[in-house]
Amino acid sequence: MTGDGAPPTPQTFRIETAGGAARAAAAGACVILLLLAALPAFAGRDLIEDLIFLFYMLALAQCWNLLAGYAGLISVGQQAFVGLGGYLLFALTLWGGLDPLFAIPIAGAVSALLALPTALVVFRLRGAYFAIGTWVVAEVYRLAFAQIKDLGGGTGTALAPSVTSAALGIDRVKSLLDVRTPAARDIVSYWIALALMAGTLAVIYAILRSRRGLALGAIRDQEAAAAGLGVDIYRIKLAVYVASAAMTGMVGALIYLQKARISPDAAFSVLDWTAYVIFIVVIGGIGTMEGPVVGTIIFYLMQHYLADFGASYLILLGTLGIIVMLFAPRGIWGFVSERTNLTLFPTRRRLVVDGGDGEA
Amino acid sequence: MTGWLDALIQGILLGGLYALFAAGLSLIFGVMRLVNLAHGDLIVLAAFAILVLAERLGLDPFAATLAALPVMFVAGFALQYVLLNRTLGRDLLPPLLVTFGLSIIIQNGLLQFFSADSQRLRSGAIETASIALGGGIAVGVVPLLTLLSAISVIVILNLVFYRTPLGRAFRATSDDLEVAQLMGIDHSRIFAIAMGLACIMVTVAALYLGLRANFDPTIGPARLLYAFEAVIIGGLGSFWGTLAGGIVLGLAQSIGARIDPEWQILSGHLAFLVVLALRPRGLFPRALD
Repeated sequence: MTGDGAPPTPQTFRIETAGGAARAAAAGACVILLLLAALPAFAGRDLIEDLIFLFYMLALAQCWNLLAGYAGLISVGQQAFVGLGGYLLFALTLWGGLDPLFAIPIAGAVSALLALPTALVVFRLRGAYFAIGTWVVAEVYRLAFAQIKDLGGGTGTALAPSVTSAALGIDRVKSLLDVRTPAARDIVSYWIALALMAGTLAVIYAILRSRRGLALGAIRDQEAAAAGLGVDIYRIKLAVYVASAAMTGMVGALIYLQKARISPDAAFSVLDWTAYVIFIVVIGGIGTMEGPVVGTIIFYLMQHYLADFGASYLILLGTLGIIVMLFAPRGIWGFVSERTNLTLFPTRRRLVVDGGDGEA
Repeated sequence: MTGWLDALIQGILLGGLYALFAAGLSLIFGVMRLVNLAHGDLIVLAAFAILVLAERLGLDPFAATLAALPVMFVAGFALQYVLLNRTLGRDLLPPLLVTFGLSIIIQNGLLQFFSADSQRLRSGAIETASIALGGGIAVGVVPLLTLLSAISVIVILNLVFYRTPLGRAFRATSDDLEVAQLMGIDHSRIFAIAMGLACIMVTVAALYLGLRANFDPTIGPARLLYAFEAVIIGGLGSFWGTLAGGIVLGLAQSIGARIDPEWQILSGHLAFLVVLALRPRGLFPRALD
């Protein structure tokens, strides 16, 4: 209280999201991105293939995190859009003769289009029922694609090497880096994977920092209160569902361009495209952008060293997921950031008082 | 014409099996609003329990089921009391993810112990016995028993839920958990008993699953989806609705299979989506949400 006559010092306020660590992280991320883009010049094929896997799992994890961690849409059916993207890539390249590079964005657009009618049905279910409803829809897609005889029916089909090698730029890569066709194919896939991963991160980061993101954060914290403050919950959830379907569809197209072989059971696998992804997000920390990054790295290491144990490995994954959910529900990143107050992708707004005592 | 009539009859009988799958799910939803993603895997687990008891003790599957019932009740009670009660709260995510993790653990645990081989419960002549209805239509004794068991389970469930002190406690915790606690109800125990009862129904369902067809450790999730569809088609909170939902699903599948055998499962799912689009609260809704 300034009761001694002196006028209070004029104060101005700013709303800020980024802190020091985050600015450093943004700069670091740009450097890392450049280094990753240049990596194929010196890295071997094994590393490139491992990184493709890491990138697409991270992109899928970010999409699921946006759905479940922010919009409260816990989907167990994201494999619907991975499989859809994969099958669309096959259909567009095998039947349409399209360059795989162009087929990927089209696969994303068609996935988004199909997500709309899907949402109209599954959005009638709430909470846990929504989860199982999305799973039913994914099964419908799986069974429907198993009926398409021209795409191999229930047993699936393969992309001829002539198709995968026709992708734009492969010849350039071959002459530029002096590698053979299979390696050049991996390198092109690697760049697409890197671009999709970085693009997914950028889009989600942009969404979360926009007005929409503020509304999403409000929905995450308390849906009824957000609705009371005028957030159009249905529209925002629909937008998030469709956007993540588009991104997931593009990632699915990339995954099956890389694998060059598709079957309904693999493309619509709940284990590969949803269970692993949920595990990544929960272990890393749901509702943060850093969590899926941490989770993907841990998952990659476990997959690399333990996947040979088969069933016991999956039992271990399930147990770890349950333990984290019960005892550290905010995951590893939540545990770290609670203690260090560190954020690398700041989406939270803070009030900064200029000319006053500092941050409020 | 006979073919279509046959499809209708077989569909209704198949619906009995789906109602049995769904009864446990319907009960635990009614009592504690829990959606158990491991429900299908619990059915498969129970089928393996019956198989092991039948082989080790040299029992008929029906007798082995009687022996498995108390075991599964205790397993369900412990599962709820030790693990699932900790996940219940305002947040939806923990119960979903913990039961999803459980589903993966049960599936892979069974794979580890029993391998991926298909199994079947053998019960001698009754498996293939059938009753001729005339006009070239016959019904199998096992499918008929399945439907009768489903009806009995629903009748008993309604009696327990609406006519006993335990049922009163179920309804009280379901209506208002906090007031029920104020009235001295130990909700952890009530929830655990509900899960134990659900596991008893799961075991009955497992018996008929194993008698009617082959099973292996990976078929649980599909059974969960059928059970869930039956509950939603019937309408949340109504046990008779669950039976009706099971029969609608069974009919959709058998009619689909009649058109093209490959369409059986797909037409069941599509029927569910159509009901969801036209009557989002199911055919006979009782509970809200």
